[in-house]
Amino acid sequence: MKIRGSVRSLIAAAAAVISLGTPAQAISDTAILATKPPKQLSEFDFFEDAQKQIPATGVLPFRLATPLFSDGADKFRFVYLPKAQPAKYDPVEAFGFPVGTALIKTFAFPADHRKPGEKLRLIETRVLLHQTDGWQAWAYLWNDQQTDATLKIAGAKVGISTVGTDGAQLSFEYSVPNKNQCKACHAFNGKITPLGPKARNLNTDYAYASGSENQIAHWAAAGLLSGVPTPAEVPAAADWHDATAPLEKRARTWLDVNCAHCHRAEGPASNTGLFLTFNEDVPVRYGVMKRPAAAGRGSGDREFDIVPGKPDRSILIYRVESTVPGIMMPELGRHIADRDAVKLLSDWVASLR
Amino acid sequence: MRLLLARGAVLASGICLGGFASAAELKVEAGDGAAEKLVEVLISAQPGDTVVIGAGRIELTEGLSLDVDDVTVKGAGPDQTVLSLKGQTGSGEGLLVTSNRVVLEDFAVEDAKGDGVKSKGSDQITFRNLRVEWTNGPNEKNGAYGVYPVSSKHVLIDKVTVRGASDAGIYVGQSEDVIVRNSRAEYNVAGIEIENSMRADVYKNVATHNTGGILIFDLPNLPVQGGHDIRVFDNDVVDNDTANFAPKGNTVAMVPKGTGIMVMANRNVHVFGNRLSGNGTTHVLIGAYPKDYDDKNYMFVPRGVFVHGNTYGEGGNAPDGEVGKMITDISGSPVPDIVWDGVTRIPEYLSWVSAENRVYVDEAEGTSFVNLKMLSQLLLPWGWWPDTDIADYKGSLPEPQAVKLPQDGGA
Repeated sequence: MKIRGSVRSLIAAAAAVISLGTPAQAISDTAILATKPPKQLSEFDFFEDAQKQIPATGVLPFRLATPLFSDGADKFRFVYLPKAQPAKYDPVEAFGFPVGTALIKTFAFPADHRKPGEKLRLIETRVLLHQTDGWQAWAYLWNDQQTDATLKIAGAKVGISTVGTDGAQLSFEYSVPNKNQCKACHAFNGKITPLGPKARNLNTDYAYASGSENQIAHWAAAGLLSGVPTPAEVPAAADWHDATAPLEKRARTWLDVNCAHCHRAEGPASNTGLFLTFNEDVPVRYGVMKRPAAAGRGSGDREFDIVPGKPDRSILIYRVESTVPGIMMPELGRHIADRDAVKLLSDWVASLR
Repeated sequence: MRLLLARGAVLASGICLGGFASAAELKVEAGDGAAEKLVEVLISAQPGDTVVIGAGRIELTEGLSLDVDDVTVKGAGPDQTVLSLKGQTGSGEGLLVTSNRVVLEDFAVEDAKGDGVKSKGSDQITFRNLRVEWTNGPNEKNGAYGVYPVSSKHVLIDKVTVRGASDAGIYVGQSEDVIVRNSRAEYNVAGIEIENSMRADVYKNVATHNTGGILIFDLPNLPVQGGHDIRVFDNDVVDNDTANFAPKGNTVAMVPKGTGIMVMANRNVHVFGNRLSGNGTTHVLIGAYPKDYDDKNYMFVPRGVFVHGNTYGEGGNAPDGEVGKMITDISGSPVPDIVWDGVTRIPEYLSWVSAENRVYVDEAEGTSFVNLKMLSQLLLPWGWWPDTDIADYKGSLPEPQAVKLPQDGGA
């Protein structure tokens, strides 16, 4: 379900070609900083060609080593930094982005997951805007003609019909989040915060027009990131699909990306005492023989979050497998189960002693 | 548009309610598009606004959320304005509040797939005259908590009714300064549960037909532990006779049917002036956290419990489940009105428990009591017997001050 490197290179190459021929277009700093968000996504001028997700000059695409699962959507990620102001490097949390920054993420589904990147239908583009009084989060719903996207404060439901990697028809109702639901994940001590752009998850290559390069190095060289230590000092998350990486690291990375925005001391699920950040080193805190605090029927009649060696007795597996509201985890942002993740997590729990 | 007009009108007339530049009344009427409109209004509300939901049913497919400070959400009454989540496909709760100085009143939330009405990290949150219900009655597939403030401060729960929660009807977790009063909890596993919380007054409530009426717990492995200063008084805790329907794995799944008031771990808990009857296992159960756990900071035994001036009717005639059997194996049947497991920490067992950490019982003549002395049973299996002499436990503890809340005329 990932967008393959070749597709990315193609897009990046196309971007390069187009940017040669077209006069540079200014991103609307006014729209980013306005108290009321623009009605249409196009008003930000983030894209050279929005339909093809080719960014305007000054808007940089990026990818994550391990992304959040969103019903298997393909995602296009971009960052825009206001002139001459780099983001501040952070070894653990999201980078310190200056006021005026925009983080842009488009969600799309291919007609067939076996042909990733082909016949893409753009569903929504979410923007995180760094304003003087903090981050704002908004979602824009793409029209049927795929010409522009419209602000949806109250969210939306979209019927998705595609074909899974197993060749089976895959139909479900996808949710575009409302504003509060954005914050239901993007909250750090009650304030909206970016989640994706962290050193460990950006520390991987991207196929830029100029060639493939490490993203941290690229950002630093382009003056977009300050305070970067030597490459050896930058942490690196696993690509959770990478079977050559250690099982534990892949599983903990998946949990970090998919769960730890809530399940951490500063997150919305702090009261559970279940902390799934990659650097949590107390086993009971990341679930080992931990009894649930507020699971309700999410316990599935199981007694502990993780029982070493017993995935079928672990609540964590039960909730990641489920698609029933009130049971499934994460509780927002998905309607189908991530089978590969269930397998990975089950293998990891089975390996624990 | 009507919302904007309403706000404009208030501004134009120069009225400024509660010190806010704008204090609009945002109306949502049941009918077509009501669900989406309600979602939108709760997002676009400004501090000082009141969201008024008209009488009728609104069918929601997603849970609602409110993240704006100083907002009141008001319905036409708990039987008139009904937010139904029967068709819910997303979110973990019916309504989630994450902001401060919020009042929720006069409406019902039915059949949420997860929890009913939750506040997380709110300061000054009021739940008043609400009904939260799972309409199919007790069922393990019902949501866990009905009214559910967690990690909150200055919590007022007044005149709410909760039915059918598969964990606790009214559940206060990891919160500070809490009042639960004039409320009714029935047909839940736990009627009212105060867990890992500091300074709570629970009074003038009715807890009936639950598995357990009122539970005061402290649990391990949570960010906030060491609950203390809890007063449970003037409640009617009667006929708690619903079989435990909590999904296994949840703490309340161990509560036996017919438990009146249960104190587990926690510190400085005062239980007085309550009326208890028809609780088949026992009216008052005091005990240590019985399961194994991995947490050095956790105090597993109750410290300082004072039970006095309660009235006890018929009870203890139908001890339930494993816990019921464990008690009757020692106490015989019927089970006494008040049961303490007698578990202390080993160093204290071998020396003494200091005065402020003991269990005190001062009840009317004829009240029955047993200290099961379960630690002795474990350590001295051949030289041990339970203690049923209630006079040995006479004494008292200084009562915590009444909880005062800023939204309730308090400091």
